[in-house]
Amino acid sequence: MKLDSKVPKGPIKDKWTTYKDKINLVNPANKRLIDVIVVGTGLAGGSASATLAELGYNVKAFAYQDSPRRAHSIAAQGGINAAKNYQGDGDSNYRLFYDTVKGGDYRSREANVYRLAEVSANIIDQCVAQGVPFARDYGGLLDNRSFGGVLVSRTFYAKGQTGQQLLLGAYSAMNRQIARGKIEMYNRHEMLDLVVIDGKARGIITRNLITGEVERHSAHAVVIASGGYGNVYFLSTNAMGSNATAAWKVHKKGAFFANPCYTQIHPTCIPRSGDYQSKLTLMSESLRNDGRIWVPKHMKDAKAIQAGKLRPTEILEEDRDYYLERRYPAFGNLVPRDVASRAAKERCDAGYGVNATGEAVYLDFATAIQRYGKEQAKIQGIDNATPEKITQLGEKIVEAKYGNLFQMYEKIVDENPYKTPMMIYPATHYTMGGVWVDYNLMTTIPGCYAIGEANFSDHGANRLGASALMQGLADGYFVLPYTIGDYLSNDIRTGPISTEAPEFEAAEKAVRSRLDFFIKNKGTKSVDHFHKRLGKVMWNNVGMARNEKDLKAAIQEIQQIREEFWKDVTVPGEPNQMNPELEKAGRVADFLELGELFAMDALERTESCGGHFREESVEEDGPQKGEAKRNDEEFTFVSAWEYKGDPKDAVLHKEHLEFNDIELKQRSYK
Amino acid sequence: MSGKGMNLTLKIWRQNSSEKKGRMVDYKVSDISEHMSFLEMMDVLNEQLIATGEEPVAFDHDCREGICGMCSMYINGEAHGPDRGITTCQLHMRMFNDGDTITIEPWRASAFPVIKDLVVDRTSFERIQQAGGFIAVNTSGNTQDANAIPISKHAADEAMDAATCIGCGACVATCKNSSAMLFVGAKISQYALLPQGQVEAPDRVKNMVAQMDLEGFGNCTNTGACEIECPKGISLDNIARMNRELIKSNFIK
Repeated sequence: MKLDSKVPKGPIKDKWTTYKDKINLVNPANKRLIDVIVVGTGLAGGSASATLAELGYNVKAFAYQDSPRRAHSIAAQGGINAAKNYQGDGDSNYRLFYDTVKGGDYRSREANVYRLAEVSANIIDQCVAQGVPFARDYGGLLDNRSFGGVLVSRTFYAKGQTGQQLLLGAYSAMNRQIARGKIEMYNRHEMLDLVVIDGKARGIITRNLITGEVERHSAHAVVIASGGYGNVYFLSTNAMGSNATAAWKVHKKGAFFANPCYTQIHPTCIPRSGDYQSKLTLMSESLRNDGRIWVPKHMKDAKAIQAGKLRPTEILEEDRDYYLERRYPAFGNLVPRDVASRAAKERCDAGYGVNATGEAVYLDFATAIQRYGKEQAKIQGIDNATPEKITQLGEKIVEAKYGNLFQMYEKIVDENPYKTPMMIYPATHYTMGGVWVDYNLMTTIPGCYAIGEANFSDHGANRLGASALMQGLADGYFVLPYTIGDYLSNDIRTGPISTEAPEFEAAEKAVRSRLDFFIKNKGTKSVDHFHKRLGKVMWNNVGMARNEKDLKAAIQEIQQIREEFWKDVTVPGEPNQMNPELEKAGRVADFLELGELFAMDALERTESCGGHFREESVEEDGPQKGEAKRNDEEFTFVSAWEYKGDPKDAVLHKEHLEFNDIELKQRSYK
Repeated sequence: MSGKGMNLTLKIWRQNSSEKKGRMVDYKVSDISEHMSFLEMMDVLNEQLIATGEEPVAFDHDCREGICGMCSMYINGEAHGPDRGITTCQLHMRMFNDGDTITIEPWRASAFPVIKDLVVDRTSFERIQQAGGFIAVNTSGNTQDANAIPISKHAADEAMDAATCIGCGACVATCKNSSAMLFVGAKISQYALLPQGQVEAPDRVKNMVAQMDLEGFGNCTNTGACEIECPKGISLDNIARMNRELIKSNFIK
């Protein structure tokens, strides 16, 4: 099968407009005859559900939580990018496009990213009209902040809770349609398989998580908006329930899975504390606007800190290594996430980590507190302010900017970050890879779409801050509602899809037999036991730095864990009632397959790019010595994997990436 | 971890389904680190139960960083336990001492029936929002520019403070009347404070309050417990604003 990205012809600036002018439309009376299933209700799924229902389609939306509002988009802190150029700092659609392609290390599809930049401004207009309370300045206009990897201020925000406010906006739009009966909302339901009839996606099999009932749902198209697969690492900043099952099921039914090895390891998370740990907590990237990252310059100091014999505040300024400022003077502490994470790992691997495990670096606000304090003393006309007074004034400013994050840190770590530097370490946060889609956001299964983090589309090998929210809402509000209409225009005479078809029968049977297997297996180890083991292999061998030997070992170990899982897993309770362990068992079974494909993809891509760093592919000399080395000649493609019954038999297809509007360059932040 | 963790007795509400009767059951956990979150302590208990073939305790949780609003435990008689401005998932074991007995119950309110163990059904909140918790604007791509209507920073900030509600239901659980007025007031306030919300304001407040009453939530007697237990510090002012909006709506046809 040849991959066709279906990118429209013509200049990049006109592609989307021309496309919209030419596609087939479905008339309003016919939309009432068409059903669409949306799996997942985060920013992508929520906005898509609401918009499709507004257009007149009959939408069935599914969430595993008890309300669409609880999808993990809710946890996004920092902001959402849009090329509004409200700050007059030279921003434009082209610049947002350029920054995103460069930030993704030239591994994304140009036409998709340009469209994303093009609709970004509409998102902000739409959200304000919905009542999203973005931050404003004293003149009543919208405020912006700056994020890593860019040189303009284009990020809109609502305190440290931007994702929450955007999701509540999409949720409110959904509620309006639920009240009208245009969205049928299925809370506490999990999709467990896709039903394909005559080569087209025509429905799903779900489990009601309260009653355990296995149900059939039919539709003319199925949209997967179920988020990313970061929980393959067990520990991540994802929600506990975040899973890859919906995406993996469509993969197994014929949708190609793209770039599984592209993972974002976020640099500013709270370090792990013990084996009991269930998740990692992210501290917003916005902290890097004022926080300086460092480790001790001398090994003896590092050792003393690790042993608990020395406090960071006791280390003199000249004995500290502000390694990001040292290595990347142009961007300093605001380098992109992949670069910041790798630099932290490099220092910790060299032995300079600053907690007992040696896996932490400092994020220090002392300089910012002094700078703000002096400024405030001047503004308030305090002559000869004492050092204590300056510190007090400065802490007030830092509190106003980051108070909620500082409080969160203190609650978890039990240390006061105003007085002693924060400790941070990278953690799995976002997955750029996902289900392969064409320009229409359709997977390789006709009628099956993937949007938001669930697809692979717009972020290449690394995602810039505040771009995930933008993509989720762009897909759901402004892209899918057009592209899906073009496909559905052929379905106006189809009529309702029957759930009595043999394909539904077979899919339901398979789902039931797997659920029964878990309940009856009565092994000796819990689901979490296997999930933790998988997570450890993924983190150690397929984490921030990868090499051939470790990847090969990982593939073998994952196969081994998977085998043991199927032999020895135990799931207590009954299938026909609420059973959280049964839910987890299915998800972990899928992660155990996905993890292997992930490692295979990482092994195949022998270059370093974005979040995928191969130790064998490093610049060996010149000013970029030690930095990641891309190989554009051999690897300017999307890896799209076809399922063949066992992860090891997956077949690699390549979508060659063309760069006509942006010159391929080394990504330098020096 | 060294062996000096806490040993605790847990008294937990077990109920197999909404139809079955529930009861308190005692469990012991040992060597609990003070750095654990409360839910990680529950994970330890559940692993222990699975190892002995018992069914683990069902509880709602998801993001484990205090924003999804899923977690909902009533711990030692307090919604989200003995700390302020946090959800259960942000509660840490350092708030407890070795040898403590901890009582863990689900939210108790007739509008929140128990589904299983500590999991309750909060879809009554969903129906209240569906009754009017939105601004009726379609996605079109040609709404007016986001900066076309300036909004004072004060109003925007206040709307944001109301909008931070996570819909967890702690306000209802802690209220002696099981009133949902803090939750509903917060949503009404967010829109009442913004120019975009004005057009539908009278209908919104009438419809949402009517649905709230229909769901069986109680009335407000101004004890203020909801404000104290709210993990996001939503202020009682929002209830006052809701009442004001409701009275106002009677004068608008």
